[in-house]
Amino acid sequence: MTTPTSTPSQPTPEGSPPPTETVRLAAVAADLQDERLIQPHGLGGTLRAFGKRVRSGDIGSLPVVIGLIVIWVAFSLLNPNFLSSTNLVNLTLQCAAVGTISIGIVLVLLLGEIDLSVGSVSGLAAAILAVSFVNLDWPLPVSLLAALLAGVVVGLLYGFLYTRFGVPSFVITLAGLLGFLGLQLWVLGSTGSINIPFDSWIVQFAQQTFLPDWLSYVLVVLTALAYAGQLFLTANRRTAAGLSAVPVTSIIVRSVFLLLVLGVPTWYLNQTRGVGAMFLLFLILVVVMNFFLTRTRWGRSVYAVGGNVEAARRSGINVTRIYVTVFVLCSTFAALGGILAAGRLAAANQGSGGGDTNLNAIAAAVIGGASLFGGRGSAFSALLGILVIQSISSGLTLLNLDSSIRYMITGAVLLLAVIVDSLSRRTRVSHGRA
Amino acid sequence: MTVLSDPETHTGELVMSLRGIDKNFGAVQALTAIDLDIYSGEVVALVGDNGAGKSTLVKILAGVHPQDGGTIMSGDKRVSINNPADSNGLGIATVYQDLALCDNLDVVANLFLGHELGRGTINEVEMEKRSWSLLRQLSARIPSVRIPVASLSGGQRQTVAIARSLIGEPRIVILDEPTAALGVAQTAEVLNLIERLRERGLGVVLISHNMADVQAVADRIVVLRLGRNNGEFKVADVSYEEIIAAITGASDNAVTRRAQARVDAADAAAAPAAAPATSPAGTASSEEERP
Repeated sequence: MTTPTSTPSQPTPEGSPPPTETVRLAAVAADLQDERLIQPHGLGGTLRAFGKRVRSGDIGSLPVVIGLIVIWVAFSLLNPNFLSSTNLVNLTLQCAAVGTISIGIVLVLLLGEIDLSVGSVSGLAAAILAVSFVNLDWPLPVSLLAALLAGVVVGLLYGFLYTRFGVPSFVITLAGLLGFLGLQLWVLGSTGSINIPFDSWIVQFAQQTFLPDWLSYVLVVLTALAYAGQLFLTANRRTAAGLSAVPVTSIIVRSVFLLLVLGVPTWYLNQTRGVGAMFLLFLILVVVMNFFLTRTRWGRSVYAVGGNVEAARRSGINVTRIYVTVFVLCSTFAALGGILAAGRLAAANQGSGGGDTNLNAIAAAVIGGASLFGGRGSAFSALLGILVIQSISSGLTLLNLDSSIRYMITGAVLLLAVIVDSLSRRTRVSHGRA
Repeated sequence: MTVLSDPETHTGELVMSLRGIDKNFGAVQALTAIDLDIYSGEVVALVGDNGAGKSTLVKILAGVHPQDGGTIMSGDKRVSINNPADSNGLGIATVYQDLALCDNLDVVANLFLGHELGRGTINEVEMEKRSWSLLRQLSARIPSVRIPVASLSGGQRQTVAIARSLIGEPRIVILDEPTAALGVAQTAEVLNLIERLRERGLGVVLISHNMADVQAVADRIVVLRLGRNNGEFKVADVSYEEIIAAITGASDNAVTRRAQARVDAADAAAAPAAAPATSPAGTASSEEERP
């Protein structure tokens, strides 16, 4: 944007040229010049803009946050122990394993695909870990690597079948659900259940390792600072490029909000055992996957393939590579979740990864806001969704309700989440935000 | 009837030249000995009826199908286009009829899809800056580049698709039916856009069924009929009827017969009007007078 060179000190006989459009526009950031753009002014404006977005179906993670609050209030009224620090520490530990599996589910959902076999794959990984470590006396790192590698191989197989033969992922992974359950039972052998020694590193990590209080607070503060710093840098770069930027006050407000959202629960958990190492690992995985999804070409390609495969293909994206990497990541996250679950249980058995693991992982991703139609969702969907699922599960357990009731309620919540997804999709379409 | 344009009259240089292109799908000979020249700073319209081979020719240029015979010269080099990457490498950008945009991504992401800037991580700031400067150059009216493409109108989506084709600094832009789904004002905007592409010195290949659009922006018209060249015209010195005749293959065709029928009907109406008794013309005019 160039400014005219004429100076007011040298008026031309015809009169100085009127201030041109360019002068007026130069003061406005390049992205705010269209007069049709509705710009929020101040805090009230920001809130109104948010309300408008919600009404047009761009609800993001709002329903799940509201749902979580409702669930917590309801259960704490029914049983005051629900919101006790002890129970919440347990809750975080229960979240980690299935939540890790759920990150992988979010990835396949972003492509508009599904993986129904994550439970079996996690069970298979647990079995490989236990058998190789306990029965075959492999060193623990080698066993862990072997278990993760099993996940990689399963993902490669799915990716190959999907991209080569075009079989729907639903069917491939349904076959995998059965096939890898069989493989899990075969690996476990006749005993059917193998205990992992309590003094082994993996069990210690999953059951007994908690962050020291000081370290947890340091991490919270560092995270908030990193968030603020990153917002600040982006704002500076945008201003330098002549684009609109987030004002400093907004950056401070957001960072303080994040500090509270992280700090208060940390303080509360620290009243008893504190923040579990396994839960921290899960949080780190979520943040790392969020980074890859939003900041890298690979992540952009994942969203593009989920939005419009043909458009992605024509713009030169290697669609096959995207499908294969996502299937591999999903199965590997499933294997890692299986390892964490085995560590927490200190055993691998025929029931590892069975029961509701599969559907909990998928339900968590969907409840957290990953759309079944592809192209929508974020890594944080896994975190929010698994908190909802495990809160329900933990609350119902505290109420001494039978697992039959638990299944029915979890099923109803999943159904509700899918209905919300479909409804908000319909609203988005009618408001042109699909 | 074939008036092959004289190469001396082109202002730009010859950027791509197709000679004797053949293509068959099984037993169907889709293209037979097609010639096409593309000059820089010139809009060449590719017209023809359904099944004339326009899309097939475009797909050969875009690298979707390789040709079975004939040569493609880029400048003075003989080249082969086997896949979309080859086509991009030769500086050919294709805007497909279905636009191929990702509805869930914003305008910036769509513009740079597959060509994101930045090492390692995506440089969103630089991409947004360049998006604005590109859209300004095209005088495109997009309110915000940070809204999902789904919320844009048809004309704006077309604009984004055309702008995207310019990201890789192409020499040739192929537009497949860019105005087919657009309203009057939006069509005008896209036609303006096509003229700006020409001003930038790009070779533009425009495929359209709309003769009004073709005559409005094209410099040269290449007519295909049943997979063969059926005439090449300068827009300045060709009439609508001549183009239609070339497209349909004869001066006696459905379009001319229809036009003739209307003239005949008008004559028939005019003739009895002289007679004092109940004239068809009189009836017609009395009907017109009704509210």
